[in-house]
Amino acid sequence: MAEYKLLFRNIDEPDQHTVKGYESRRGYIAWRKALTSMKPDEVIAEVKTSGLRGRGGAGFPTGVKWSFVPKDSPKPRYLICNADESEPGTCKDRVLLERDPHAMIEGMAIGSFAIGSHLAFVYIRGEFDYSIAIVEKAVEDAYKAGHLGKNIYGTGYDLEMIVYTGGGAYICGEETALINSLAGERGMSSMRPPFPAIEGLYGCPTIVNNVETLACVPHIINRGGEWHKKIGTEKSPGTKLFSLTGHVNRPGNYEVELGTPLSYLINELGGGIKDGNKLKAVIPGGASCPFLSADQVDTPLDFEAMAEAGSMLGSGAVIVMDERTDIAWVTYKLIKFFKHESCGKCTPCREGTKWLTMMIERILRGDGKEGDLDKIADVCDNILGRTICPLGDAAVMPIISVLQKFRGDFEKHIKGKKKIEMEQFSFA
Amino acid sequence: MKTQLTHIPGKPRIKAPGAPEVRVKILNAESVAEIQKQMVRFPIRRSAILPAITVANRQLGYLSAEVYEEISEITEIPVSQIAEAASFYTLFPKKPRGKYLIMVCDNISCALCGADAMIKYLEMKLGIKRGETTEDNLFTLGTAECLAGCSAAPMMQVNDRYYENLTPAKVDKLLEELKSKE
Ligand SMILES: Cc1cc2nc3c(=O)[nH]c(=O)nc-3n(C[C@H](O)[C@H](O)[C@H](O)COP(=O)(O)O)c2cc1C
Ligand code: SF4
Ligand code: FES
Repeated sequence: MAEYKLLFRNIDEPDQHTVKGYESRRGYIAWRKALTSMKPDEVIAEVKTSGLRGRGGAGFPTGVKWSFVPKDSPKPRYLICNADESEPGTCKDRVLLERDPHAMIEGMAIGSFAIGSHLAFVYIRGEFDYSIAIVEKAVEDAYKAGHLGKNIYGTGYDLEMIVYTGGGAYICGEETALINSLAGERGMSSMRPPFPAIEGLYGCPTIVNNVETLACVPHIINRGGEWHKKIGTEKSPGTKLFSLTGHVNRPGNYEVELGTPLSYLINELGGGIKDGNKLKAVIPGGASCPFLSADQVDTPLDFEAMAEAGSMLGSGAVIVMDERTDIAWVTYKLIKFFKHESCGKCTPCREGTKWLTMMIERILRGDGKEGDLDKIADVCDNILGRTICPLGDAAVMPIISVLQKFRGDFEKHIKGKKKIEMEQFSFA
Repeated sequence: MKTQLTHIPGKPRIKAPGAPEVRVKILNAESVAEIQKQMVRFPIRRSAILPAITVANRQLGYLSAEVYEEISEITEIPVSQIAEAASFYTLFPKKPRGKYLIMVCDNISCALCGADAMIKYLEMKLGIKRGETTEDNLFTLGTAECLAGCSAAPMMQVNDRYYENLTPAKVDKLLEELKSKE
């Protein structure tokens, strides 16, 4: 298992972001095929067969999710592409948005048809001014070329697509918060159930999928679910984009077959650790995932193996830390992020992330006390599993893992009174 | 259903007796036209709030209660709903800022690649601390959470542009360029 370019196959073609360039490389063939020769149920069945699992973090099977939309609902249905990419360490969707936006648009069209939606949204984070301009132009061109709009390919099927830009809030990447934000409310999460597939945007059945997930769909329709199932591992089929960042020689976005060892990504593709240093820790799936220690570097990059190793594949953000890294300081960077991004709706997350930030900051200042680490573990325990949305869990799971694996880094500050000059908090 | 139609097309908005007239003065004609365009794009009008404040922010660089009033006047969406949404998001400053808003990412991947030192360098070059604006009103310095530029760390956003793989020399050059435009 190694590098495998499926979604990234054409991203270096200078005209791939244009409708002409995309069409010239078998673009929109899958959409035409689905719309003119398949029934919605057949599309869903093909995606189920492919074993495709969501690339936004949770890894939920995409075909199964689509099949949750009630067939007999009289309400309109909506499909939303989640392009809010803001999980720290993740920068892969941006590559697709900027260099191959039509792949996402084609996947959205096929997904909309499968669930019976006539209005689809791309929710892009507001900071992405450049990506937004490219995607807006791509949607406009897709309309002009007849891939979107009224009576597509003469089939009588209508599909409108709206590019919607966010306001800078990590939580709006969480699907219920995203839906509330799109409806003009504050971008706060809602309790599930009801799941969006039953009651989502404007109270109607809604499917939210990640950019990368949707970009896989045209390939599956073109070549068949069976073909896709053969790539990767049995339970995690396909390829996956990984954002490799931190202390590596060649940081960047890479596409590999699922099941490829983490060490292959870091050493072969990433050129190993910077400055010849030794590896200390890796976060394999973005800031929400537990840390792996250096001896776990051969763990295969797939959903099951990562879970077994005590972490998660998450969004595919592989953050590499070398031996000089102070894990206590890294933990502070993570928790202050979650404190800033907590939507404030539930108490454990709102208050807990604040107290954790203050305690860890105090430890870094050299004012840590005996028992602080137990107190931190206790606060984590009181957040875990007690919140409305998964952000609360995401905030504490990395901390729980570092308290087990890198406790010494905290004790250096507490016992040795090691001090770090702390920066001010971010201002909003 | 949680959300509802905030305006029934064809019916004029009922104003409370004695409520003051709001005239659109701050938003220019271009922004007003753009907001009016956004108003009719969505199944419910309330979805136009975020697009409308984005338009206002693009023109003004920050938002204020007066602007919410004007957006409400144009869209007939209650001002409370506009303020409620706007106050949630970090992308819309609520007080005036310099002509160039410099936001340096200090999240994990950037921090591992020297973001904190880059912020210190900018503080020194600009003679301000994060959160402050230079006296000539040209630059406001701030920190941002991950901007999805992590593989080209450290990085920053200046208004609507990303600057990646930052070095002190790159920062110097950019600041010179921006100053020379004045
Ligand atoms: C706090 C939080 C932030 C999230 N941010 C994103 C994001 O930026 N992009 C994304 O695609 N999914 C994000 N998700 C996951 C979404 O809620 C949702 O599961 C996903 O978009 C579904 O798409 P998929 O099935 O294609 O993976 C986030 C989840 C949580 C809890
Ligand atoms: S867990 Fe945090 S982010 Fe999620 S709903 Fe509760 S307060 Fe909001
Ligand atoms: S961590 Fe800085 S851009 Fe992602």
